[in-house]
Amino acid sequence: MIKIEKRNDVPITLYFFTPFIAIILTILGGGIIFYILGFNPIEALKFFFITPISNLYGFSELLLKATPLCLIAIGLSFCFKSNNWNIGAEGQLTFGAIVGGGVALLFYNQEGFYILPLVILAGAFGGMIFALIPAILKTYFNTNEILVSLMLVYVSKLLLDYLVVGPWSNPEGFNFPETRQFSDSSRMPQLFEGLRIHAGIFLALAAVIISWFILYKTYLGFQIKVSGLSLKTAKYAGFKGKTMILVVFMISGASAGLAGVGEITGPIGQLHRMISPDYGFTAIIVAFLGRLNPFGIIFASLVVALTYLGAETAQIFLQIPKYTGQVFQGMILFFLLASDYLLFFKIKILNLKKNELRH
Amino acid sequence: MYKNFLRYLISAIFLLGLNVSANAEFKVGFVYVGPTGDHGWTYQHHEGRNAVEAAGIKTTFVESVPEGADAERVIRQLAQSGHDLIFTTSFGYMDPTNKVAKEFPNVKFEHATGYKREHSNVSTYSARFYEGRTLLGHIAGKMTKTNTIGYIASFPIPEVIRGINAMTLAAQKVNPEIKTKIVWVFTWYDPGKEAEAAQALIDQGADIIMQHTDSTAPVQTAEKAGVWSFGQASDMQRFAPKSILTSIIDDWAPYYVERAIAARDGTWGQQDTWHGLNEGMVAMAPYNSAMGADLVKEVEQLQKDLASGKAHSFTGPIYDQKGNILVAEGKVADDGMLAGMSVYVKGVEGDIPK
Repeated sequence: MIKIEKRNDVPITLYFFTPFIAIILTILGGGIIFYILGFNPIEALKFFFITPISNLYGFSELLLKATPLCLIAIGLSFCFKSNNWNIGAEGQLTFGAIVGGGVALLFYNQEGFYILPLVILAGAFGGMIFALIPAILKTYFNTNEILVSLMLVYVSKLLLDYLVVGPWSNPEGFNFPETRQFSDSSRMPQLFEGLRIHAGIFLALAAVIISWFILYKTYLGFQIKVSGLSLKTAKYAGFKGKTMILVVFMISGASAGLAGVGEITGPIGQLHRMISPDYGFTAIIVAFLGRLNPFGIIFASLVVALTYLGAETAQIFLQIPKYTGQVFQGMILFFLLASDYLLFFKIKILNLKKNELRH
Repeated sequence: MYKNFLRYLISAIFLLGLNVSANAEFKVGFVYVGPTGDHGWTYQHHEGRNAVEAAGIKTTFVESVPEGADAERVIRQLAQSGHDLIFTTSFGYMDPTNKVAKEFPNVKFEHATGYKREHSNVSTYSARFYEGRTLLGHIAGKMTKTNTIGYIASFPIPEVIRGINAMTLAAQKVNPEIKTKIVWVFTWYDPGKEAEAAQALIDQGADIIMQHTDSTAPVQTAEKAGVWSFGQASDMQRFAPKSILTSIIDDWAPYYVERAIAARDGTWGQQDTWHGLNEGMVAMAPYNSAMGADLVKEVEQLQKDLASGKAHSFTGPIYDQKGNILVAEGKVADDGMLAGMSVYVKGVEGDIPK
């Protein structure tokens, strides 16, 4: 008979070490998959994990890809830490991009230093408003935030579809589903000539520092942590649960909105239907891989961003199917959850015969 | 001053790192928007790539590349890793293709279905799918019992509107009672939505289903409902053997082989290609015997005439929905008008979504 028991004293160092174990297991698992597919595993892994960042250009692309993931995951960590399961970051990203993009289009062909900040603020505001919907429904009508936030993803995507096909489509664009290219005054400044990394990366870094401060140095952060550990304790301690829920959703939504507006004012430069390859969902993996810790999330976003780039390089150089990238993301999450399970629980194999004798 | 110097120095280092090209072997790269197994648009481009490979030229492809921020990186990476000619096979790659082309003047770029050729190393190409639609219209006009044709449309861009118009004009010619009903699904590939649209059209009395979307869901829905249908992009016959009358096939292979050889031999030049039945870029799958021998013969003759130029899909008089003349009697629409087509012809029901 197998018995599962909770471990009592889990060392905190081990808790932060398991993500590395998960990554190592993913690499090993990936090597085995490559081997089964008929590729030289060492060579395939090299093209997957090393080639994409072997030059500075590649590294800049890694940062570009990690920026939205990091921003969203930081926001999600507030929700997840306090037991609020916002899985609609993709929708908040899209709605932020819609509001920010709308402002950018409003200032089409105008100049002014104030335009970009307005666009960015509008994006954050849009994401925040959109995240408030599941938050308000949860606090005042007791709905399930998982369901509501997830369904709202489709609402915002359909709204974006409608806008880029209809009222906001480029008048000179032959009805193709996209808006005008934004003017330079609403584009993120490029950091280096010839590279695509843009000022959005500073937003992500600022988010990391600010969230660290909020989570570890303020009363709100304390409330979030206690609610995460035990809702009953939080209530007993007299925390105003409703306000906290609204606040964490707003933070989360604003971060996702920033990520969305960073993409459209950064590398994309317009609104169309493909502004995000599901960053909002991938960021959930990032948040957990980073242990919901702001600095852990930086590291996790780089690792997950690398799986995207690696999948491309592996296909270009070895023609390995591109979907291996998603397989890697799945494996990371699987190994992380599995090692967490083994970390918090121990499995005992009991000897049945002995038990029977006793009875 | 110092700051600028530092910026340029760093940029120079980055760019040096960027230009480490691989060996000198001639290579062709392909960027696909979908998976190679979509049995539609990407599948056919992949078939074209296989033909290039069969001609003895090394090729690489990257599939399912989103048309957002990722496309530029993939295209650049192909250019950087020693590919001499790169085909970007979806409209959404237009701006990234031109952007990367500027940085790699020695690499040739071919962008499908776009209209921007901002640098001398960018060509564009597309197919006159509307010629195939004319044949479908002729068949549909003859085969329908309810005089209602159901049309699943993707986006109201000129290419799609051209197809609707070409089909309707040809159907009217053989059956003046014909009505074209359209459902806009606003996607190129979404089997669920496409199947729903097909069902909605069948429920409204359409006994012929045609699609300007890429999945096989509409023909499968038609097969189940026992109505006729037409395949899109590739021969979809095996997905609905009873229902499919024929398919319009996008055959990119001859073009890809020709351009790859030209690039290898140094004879590649910038051009805007728009090939049709004549050059074989648009081809028809075998006709269903249920059409009857006479109709098959008629359609084959029309196919020959369209290819030779004896017949044209848009021959006047053509009127718009309000009855204004678009193309005068005895004239045919020129390529400029076709490329920018944005109104329905008479006989199409509804409005173009705005």
